[in-house]
Amino acid sequence: MARRVGICAVAQTTIEQNKWYERFQGMALEVLEKLREQVPVEFSRHTGKPGIDMAISVSDDVFDARTISDNAMTDVLGAHFGCEEKVAQEGIQAIYYGLAAIQSGHCDQVLIMGHCKESQAKSRNMVTHVAFDPFFTRPVGLDFCAAAGLQAQAYGEKTGISDEQLAKVVVRAREYGTKNPQLPEVSAVSAEDVMASEMLADPIRALHAYPVSDGAVGMVLAAEDVAKKMTDKPVWITGVGNCMDSFFFGDRDLASNFALKKAAERAYKRAGITDPRKAFNVIEISDQYAYQHPMWMEGLGLCDEGRGGAWIDADGPNKARVNLSGGMLAGNPMILGGLFRAAEAALQLRQDAGAHQIEAAKTALAHGVMGPAGQFHSVVTLERG
Amino acid sequence: MNKNRNVGIIGVGQSEYSSHREDVNQPEMIHEAIREALDHAGMTIDDVDCIVHGNMELFEMVHQPDLWHTLGSGAYGKESLRVTTGGTTGATLCCAADQLVASGMHDVVLAVGFEKLQEGHTTGGITNMADPLWARQLQTGALTGMTAEQVINEFGEERAKKASMKYRIIMDQHAMKNHKAHRRFDLQWDQAEDLMYTSPALVGELRMIHMCSQSDGACAMIFASEEKAKQFCPKPAWMKDHITVHREECFHIFGDAPVLMSHRYAAEKLFGRNGIKDPKKEIDVFEMYDPSSWWGLDWLREFLLFEGDEHLKMVENDEICIDGEFPINPSGGVIASNPIGATAMIRVAEAALQIMGDAGDHQVPKTVNQALASGFGGTMWTVLFLMTREIPW
Repeated sequence: MARRVGICAVAQTTIEQNKWYERFQGMALEVLEKLREQVPVEFSRHTGKPGIDMAISVSDDVFDARTISDNAMTDVLGAHFGCEEKVAQEGIQAIYYGLAAIQSGHCDQVLIMGHCKESQAKSRNMVTHVAFDPFFTRPVGLDFCAAAGLQAQAYGEKTGISDEQLAKVVVRAREYGTKNPQLPEVSAVSAEDVMASEMLADPIRALHAYPVSDGAVGMVLAAEDVAKKMTDKPVWITGVGNCMDSFFFGDRDLASNFALKKAAERAYKRAGITDPRKAFNVIEISDQYAYQHPMWMEGLGLCDEGRGGAWIDADGPNKARVNLSGGMLAGNPMILGGLFRAAEAALQLRQDAGAHQIEAAKTALAHGVMGPAGQFHSVVTLERG
Repeated sequence: MNKNRNVGIIGVGQSEYSSHREDVNQPEMIHEAIREALDHAGMTIDDVDCIVHGNMELFEMVHQPDLWHTLGSGAYGKESLRVTTGGTTGATLCCAADQLVASGMHDVVLAVGFEKLQEGHTTGGITNMADPLWARQLQTGALTGMTAEQVINEFGEERAKKASMKYRIIMDQHAMKNHKAHRRFDLQWDQAEDLMYTSPALVGELRMIHMCSQSDGACAMIFASEEKAKQFCPKPAWMKDHITVHREECFHIFGDAPVLMSHRYAAEKLFGRNGIKDPKKEIDVFEMYDPSSWWGLDWLREFLLFEGDEHLKMVENDEICIDGEFPINPSGGVIASNPIGATAMIRVAEAALQIMGDAGDHQVPKTVNQALASGFGGTMWTVLFLMTREIPW
């Protein structure tokens, strides 16, 4: 049995729509300094003393408009004459990799640092447009928002979810977002505001979509024996799982949650969870668009199949304590969705979540998604030490 | 390091390398390498638990290309991870695959690195690495003449240029034995004198003939737990250890203080913790990431921890030839084939093939018990691997 791995420190910047005053290295430095206030983060490889063995950065070359954009991060990550590797996928995958690196025996301590400045691109849809293959689908003009529109239609057709129910998701997310000090720009909205907002990709409206966001998030992972010395409130990673769906929409049932179901199944299996509905006190999911909030809960097996709309009406999100941080709909840089979700889940378990803290949560689930119409899903399960 | 469990390399696949692979798109090209790796390991995609993918996405300008490449990689329904670290990407993919297996999370992991440089602009892409405000005006992409300048200053123009050309020709002779290699010129010794003065200059004494190619191509490797490795493969190449060392700055800006290279630092650490005292004697073959014949020449000294001119003598005395005492890059090296996101993986793959005895026409004529492979990228970043024929633990 491979050794346990704990999240020992968690930090984030504020999330704003345009951090024009800060470079991405500056955002990362802010996170690093906050981490150092929580635990000793040493880069003492020259002395042979224990310290960070590996830094994992999370970013995306196209968003950064810089080839090998992690090259500019070496000093902030303390990687001078050390190891830095970049996960260029959904940010929560850095936890997946960090876990493997520690369990393999190669490392005892891993620093994770993700950054994204969506404001630097004229439109994030220009970036996600080039995720489509250049020959067959790119000429169609698809981007992740348009792809989500197709999935929202498929999900709506399957479940009959209404515009009112989707509006409730957004109203709730914004309300929780106003309590989260990391989201200084979030304001509350009414259901009428949501339903009157501009249509982006039918049935997705402007307020159904997560706002363009800049921000950075980081954490320190450590092997059990090291973690216990570092902090008196480690959060153990109990399970991880992910899954890739097909690329072409013609090969997929967009409303099926195929990849999320498999990702969740794998994480639950590794965590020894047999009944997911009883397993989590807090849940953080990457709801980039309002329809995804109920849909992903179905995929995670936490809401009855096809009953997402009724689940919203029955106060399901509050009962299941989903996205008390506000979630992505209140603000979250795109490629860092899952990493921010994991950070928020860990803060809850550590009782460090501030105004949106709930009492004594012991277990949590964090979820990340990447690709058109949820092609790739990741699930991480956590437990308070 | 207390590794959780042994990891064996049991399958290697490579596409054909060429300046233009217009006959295939990206997923098809990747599929070529993956198909060969699966066949080599004697398994099907159903035996694979996880796909690790990497390249430099700004080169081809496909955002998160692992999504599209699912068509060719077989990632559908599987776990996956995408990692990228510039020129070292292929090496980093091997580290990731090794760790995913060693951790116990997976029994079989398939790693694939690729680049289709024809679809982008390599030097333009690399120049974009630099800070847009302060450094982009100074960037020359991958082309730097500094090492040539240093070697010439240290050893004199004639000896340095001759050694560099000799290194280049030896690599070409190796590439001639590797039917997948991109550039195979069939260079002859009597061309050396002419080429070292007439080949077009790129930067200073770095000339076209010294420099690596831009290639299209993909490399795939299968990493397996000890149990699975033994089940599928009669002679796995075992991953003993690897180390990753990054430097923040490529150039030393603080006067004349000696520069510690990441290559030397990595080699000292790796050899130290694996009890290697005389690397030249204890290692049987070295697949080195050599972007130019100047760098290849110079880096021999760093990796093998030499002082003085021992590295030059190795070249001058034919020791680095395929049938020499210390063969370097029997595959032809990076100078012959350079699909960037795959290049560093090809080094690991070729070293593994040498241990397995499966390198075909470019197999070295001796038993390879221990092999070294290196990746290079970024601002002097190094990933260094030690692989063995005997199971490590």
